[in-house]
Amino acid sequence: MSSHALSFLVLAALATGTALAVVLHRNPVRSALYLVAHMLVLAALFLKLSAQFMAAVQVVIYAGAIMVLFLFTIMLLNLGAGEIERKRFSVGFISAVVIALVLAITILGGAVWHRGLMQIATPVRDLRMGGTAEAVGFALYDPELPWLFAFELTSVILLVAAVGAVVLAGRRR
Amino acid sequence: MTIPDISVGPFHIAVLLPYAMFLIMLAIVLLAVPLLTWVERVTLGLIHDRLGPNRVGPRGLLQPIADGIKLFFKEDILPRSVDRGIYYLAPILSMAPPLVACALIPIGAVRVDMGGGQTRSLALVAADLNVGVLWIFALASLQVYGLILAGWSSNNKYSLLGALRSSAQSISYELAMSAAIITAVLMAGSMSLVSIVQSQAGGIGHWNLFRWFPLGVVGGSVYLISMVAETNRAPFDLPEAESELVAGFQTEYSSMKFAVFFMSEYAAMVIASSVATVLWLGGWYSPVAALRFIPAPIWFFAKVGALIFGYIWVRSTLPRFRYDALMRFGWKRLFPVVLVTLMAVAFVRAYTTDPTAKSTIPPKPEKPKPVMSGAQGGR
Repeated sequence: MSSHALSFLVLAALATGTALAVVLHRNPVRSALYLVAHMLVLAALFLKLSAQFMAAVQVVIYAGAIMVLFLFTIMLLNLGAGEIERKRFSVGFISAVVIALVLAITILGGAVWHRGLMQIATPVRDLRMGGTAEAVGFALYDPELPWLFAFELTSVILLVAAVGAVVLAGRRR
Repeated sequence: MTIPDISVGPFHIAVLLPYAMFLIMLAIVLLAVPLLTWVERVTLGLIHDRLGPNRVGPRGLLQPIADGIKLFFKEDILPRSVDRGIYYLAPILSMAPPLVACALIPIGAVRVDMGGGQTRSLALVAADLNVGVLWIFALASLQVYGLILAGWSSNNKYSLLGALRSSAQSISYELAMSAAIITAVLMAGSMSLVSIVQSQAGGIGHWNLFRWFPLGVVGGSVYLISMVAETNRAPFDLPEAESELVAGFQTEYSSMKFAVFFMSEYAAMVIASSVATVLWLGGWYSPVAALRFIPAPIWFFAKVGALIFGYIWVRSTLPRFRYDALMRFGWKRLFPVVLVTLMAVAFVRAYTTDPTAKSTIPPKPEKPKPVMSGAQGGR
């Protein structure tokens, strides 16, 4: 097994493990911390795909900003350990299992069917500039490519969400 | 290209330099911490018209060592109701980001004769990443975890309040700081810290702080203010405001665990000042051509030292912010100002041809068409 595949498998195992820990841990703060760890592992996976820009942005936005906000909220509400009740075999539990199974079959089956498992993990070699900020910028903003409109539309959606939050918060007064 | 000799040649220097630089920067930052505690207390003494430390060693210079020994031999108290793992993890998490950031700070450049009449300019830095600025963002935003987790795991209301304040404060001032950093990136036309410094060559007038007056001054000032807030130093030291919160997030920490928090604060100060020097004060370049004979690293650390003195000066002269004033200042003053500056800099960058800036804009690369076609294309 090449060192490349080995490091991918280690990172993938770490990512899966931390993701499972997020769901299974009883303490909400610990869960949030495992999610931070998961984000950092994802950044490492991006680095392995030679997407440096994506890796850095992953750490800045998810690990650095969003998860800090999560932790802040959890601490503000002061959710202690064991406050979240777990019911076995509730409707939510069963539907979660079904969704997870279908998703796993779709992703794994599709990927293995088309390329073989290890082929997915190889970095994009025909990408001339790599995953640098320049490459991402040109890909997003080049008017000859089809992504500019979708990208701008996404930012409008985010703006709508922000305005909506302000409107909802302001209505109460 | 010729194969270099077996003896230690320029090739070896080029290969080994990153490792050596990381160790050197690590040593500098860690050794600067005790020295800075002494400098801070002496300066505060001078400004307050007190004596300051003057008992241990000449001029009190051995005071940091005495403090270190004292902290080391203090009883290590573990409160009963803390969350063990996170309680021990928190000091480590607050110390790690500034130490990792050591690898990103360029402190100078040397010309190495590569043989065959070729010379190569090597920056004195461990890792010159093309997304270096983004990693600085990332490490700065990870810094807050140490504080939050320390406050939460201590299971103490003062600690928790300190942690809540610190996370709110760092989220608020991170925005202004990031926008100010992007201003500098736009001026330099690169996200690599080495290229940012190199774009400021040629004397004090070319430094980002004085470029495109008054845009550079405004952006630089916003960075300097928010850098004080991000490192939780006075007058932004609300997370540990001792008159309201005992010692804030570090109330329950004793002995060396407290010392690690203390050290991480000073290490973060050194790193924040270094980043400010790189982004705004021309890095390792001398302000005037006549002083160019002084080596580059000395210039770099002189500027960092001046900024750290500024930290101490501000601490001794300004009272602490009230919490609502802190939030209002961050969101309603600092952030709009830096947003306008950012827009103006982007405008100037887009619509002027600046002769000094021309060389820093990389030539437009070939279009990355394969990015799109690669997904479906036969591989």
